[in-house]
Amino acid sequence: MSRVVVGMSGGVDSSLAAALMLESYNDVIGITMHLAGNSSRCCSLDDADDARKVAEQLGINFYVANYTKEFRQEVMKPFADSYLAGETPIPCIVCNKRFKFDHLLARARGLGAEKVATGHYARIAKDEESGEFRLLRALDSTKDQSYFLYNLSQDQLARIEFPLGFLTKEEVRQKARNLGLSTAEKPESQEICFVPDGDYAKVVEELEPSSLPGRGEVVSEDGTFLGSHEGIHHFTVGQRRGLGVSGSGRLYVSKLDAKLNRVVVGDGRSLEHTKVEVSNLSWVSNEGIPDIFCAEIRVRHGHDPCPAKIEVLDGVATAFLDHPVRAVAAGQAAVFYDSDTVLGGGSIKAAN
Amino acid sequence: MTRIYLDHNATTPMHPEVVQDMLVCFETKYGNPSSVHTDGRDARKLLEAARSQVSGLLSTDPAEVIFTGSATEANNTVIAHMHETSGKDMAFISSTIEHPSVDEPLASVAKSGREVIKVGVDRNGLVNLDTLETALRGRVALLSLVWANNETGVIQSVAEISRLCSEYGVLLHLDATQAAGKIPINLRALNVEFVSISAHKFNGPKGAGALIVASPKSLTPWIQGGPQEARRRGGTENIAGIVGMGRAAEVASRELDARARKYGELRDQLWLGIKESIPSVERNGSCRSCLPNTLNVEFKRTPGDVILQALDLEGISVSAGAACSSGSVAPSHVLSAMGLTSDEARSSLRFSVGQGNDTKDIVRTLAVLKSVVSRIRETNLS
Repeated sequence: MSRVVVGMSGGVDSSLAAALMLESYNDVIGITMHLAGNSSRCCSLDDADDARKVAEQLGINFYVANYTKEFRQEVMKPFADSYLAGETPIPCIVCNKRFKFDHLLARARGLGAEKVATGHYARIAKDEESGEFRLLRALDSTKDQSYFLYNLSQDQLARIEFPLGFLTKEEVRQKARNLGLSTAEKPESQEICFVPDGDYAKVVEELEPSSLPGRGEVVSEDGTFLGSHEGIHHFTVGQRRGLGVSGSGRLYVSKLDAKLNRVVVGDGRSLEHTKVEVSNLSWVSNEGIPDIFCAEIRVRHGHDPCPAKIEVLDGVATAFLDHPVRAVAAGQAAVFYDSDTVLGGGSIKAAN
Repeated sequence: MTRIYLDHNATTPMHPEVVQDMLVCFETKYGNPSSVHTDGRDARKLLEAARSQVSGLLSTDPAEVIFTGSATEANNTVIAHMHETSGKDMAFISSTIEHPSVDEPLASVAKSGREVIKVGVDRNGLVNLDTLETALRGRVALLSLVWANNETGVIQSVAEISRLCSEYGVLLHLDATQAAGKIPINLRALNVEFVSISAHKFNGPKGAGALIVASPKSLTPWIQGGPQEARRRGGTENIAGIVGMGRAAEVASRELDARARKYGELRDQLWLGIKESIPSVERNGSCRSCLPNTLNVEFKRTPGDVILQALDLEGISVSAGAACSSGSVAPSHVLSAMGLTSDEARSSLRFSVGQGNDTKDIVRTLAVLKSVVSRIRETNLS
C-alpha cells in the first residue's frame, strides 16, 4: 500500500493538494500542524477544523500534530530577536524547513509514509543525469513560493511532492470547486501566521519582554537628532509611515542601528542598494556552486529577480546587482535563480 | 479490518442489556416522570428502579442518588454548592491530578478570592498524605479528590483520606468517574459527603451521570427550574439515559469481580509483552494501587502522539496525554504532576481495556506496537 502524508493548513491550496494525492496514492493521511498558540490566524482552531472537514470530505485519515512548544522556540523567538537586532526577519523560511518538512517528514516516516506533499507553489524535478533533485519556480509566477524553499536539502526534496506546481491559483480554486471542497472559496492568508493583525512590535514585546530596547533616538543620515522612538523593533528598513519626525520632503528608514538603539532616516537615496551580502548559505545541489557566477537574485518574496554577479568567499556571498534595488533589508532571504531553477540562497546580512 | 478498542477510560461501548432497556424507553415507556397519569407513573417507576441499581453499585442509600447529565455536571454542582454555602474564609483543597471538570470550577473559586490548595502527588501518582493532613488542619470547606485517575488508573487511599477528613471535620468529595464499575465501592464504609459518577465509563450511555450526596436535602441545585430530583436538579429526566445507567450499574455490580480479573489479566499480558519486546519502556504510576484495566507506559524518546496515530492507522485505538481543543495532544498535566519531564510525558501512552477485548487483541496490539515503535525510533525524530 502506498501511503503519503499531506500537510493541511486548512486553506484551499493544501486541501486541493490532498485531493490530488488521492489520484496517485491509495492511502493519504492529512496532518495539520498546530504551530502558534490559538490566537494565530493560520493553523488556528478554525483552520484545523477546516482541514478536518476537507479530510472528511475526501475520506482520508486526519490528525492534528502539536508543535507549539518547538515553534515558539525555533521560529517565534528568533523572529523577535531578529527584530530586536534591527533586522526584518522572514520566519517562513525556517518554518518551512524545520516544521513543514523536517518534523513532518519524520512524522510521515513514523507513520509508514515515505513522502510528504504540501500545497506550496513550486516544482521539484529529478535530473536524470546527475540523479539530483532540482527545485524550480511554480508555473504560476504570481503565486510562486520557491523563494521560501531555497534551503531544502536533497534528502528533503527526494521525499516531497508539490502537486500544485503546474497549476495557477485560479485552476486550483476551480478544481477545488469542482470537487466541492469546503475550502474552495476561502480567502488567502497574507500576513505572517503568528502576526495576524500585522502588529509585529506587539508580538516582539510579548515574546521578549525583558530584552526590549526602550526609547531611542531618530537621527538623520549625518547624525542630526530629529526625535525619539519607542524601540527599533517598531521599524523596518524602507518604512515611511509612523516615523514620528518631520523633515523637508519624504523620509524613510534607511538603517536600524541596534547597538545604539537608533533609527536612521533619510530621503530614500541611500535605500537604493547595489551590493548585497548574504550569509548562512545553502545550495540546492550537493555539487555546490562556483566561487564566481552570474544569477538572478530575489531579495524578498514577490520581488522581481534582478541579474547579478555573485562572488562567494568564506561562506559569504556578495551579490553585485545589475541595477539598484530599493530597501534591501537585513534578515530577509536572498535567493539565487538560474532562470526557473533555484540555485540556493541565504540570509541578507547587509546591503549598500 | 476489525478495530481493537483499547481506550475504555475515554468511553465504553454499551452493554447489550443496557441497549435493550433503553430501547424500551424510546419505544413504549416514553412518559415524563413528573406526569400524574399512568405513562408518567410508569416512567417514574423506571427512574426509581434505576436509582436503586446505581445505589447498589456504590453500596449507598437510593435517596442519596441525584441524576445529572454527566460527572462533569456533578463535579460543578458540588463545587458551586460548597462555594455558596461555606464561609468565604474557608479553603478548598484538591490535588494536582484532577480532571478539568474539577480544576476549572476550582479556578473560578480561586478567582473570587478564596484559597484553593492543590496537594501534590509522588512519582507513583499517590497524593502525599502528610501534606494533605497539614492542609486539612486549616479552615477547609471541601476536599475534592479524584478516586482513580483517568490517565494512570492510580487509586488513592480513600479509606485513609476519608478517616483524615473525619478527624479534621472536613467534607469530602470523591470524583469516582473512573472508579465506579471497575473496583468495589462501599460508600457506607467511608465518611464521604459527595461522589460523582458517569454512566458511559461503565458500559452505560453518554449523557447520564449521578451525584451521590450524603445529605441531599441541603444541596443547592446547580440547574434550577423544576421539581425533578427532589428539587436538586431541574429539567425533565433523561429517562432512557438513566435507565441505561441503572442497568449498566447492575451489570457492573454483578460482573465486577469477573471483569476485574479478566481486564487485569489482559492489562498484565499487555504490560509484560511490552516490557519483553520493546526496549526503554517504563510504566507510569503505581502498579499496586491501580485500576485493573489501565496501563500507562512511557516509550522513551518516542513521541506518544505519533505512536497513537500509527496505531490508529493499523486499527488500534489508544490515548495519549490530554486532547487539546484543536484536536492535537498536549502533554498530560497528570504525568507532569508526578514529576515526569515534558518529554517523558509526551512519550507516554494510555491503554485501557474493557468489554470485548480478548487475548488475541493484546497479541495483535503487541505485534503492531513493536514494529511501530521501532520504526518511529529509527526515524530519529529530533
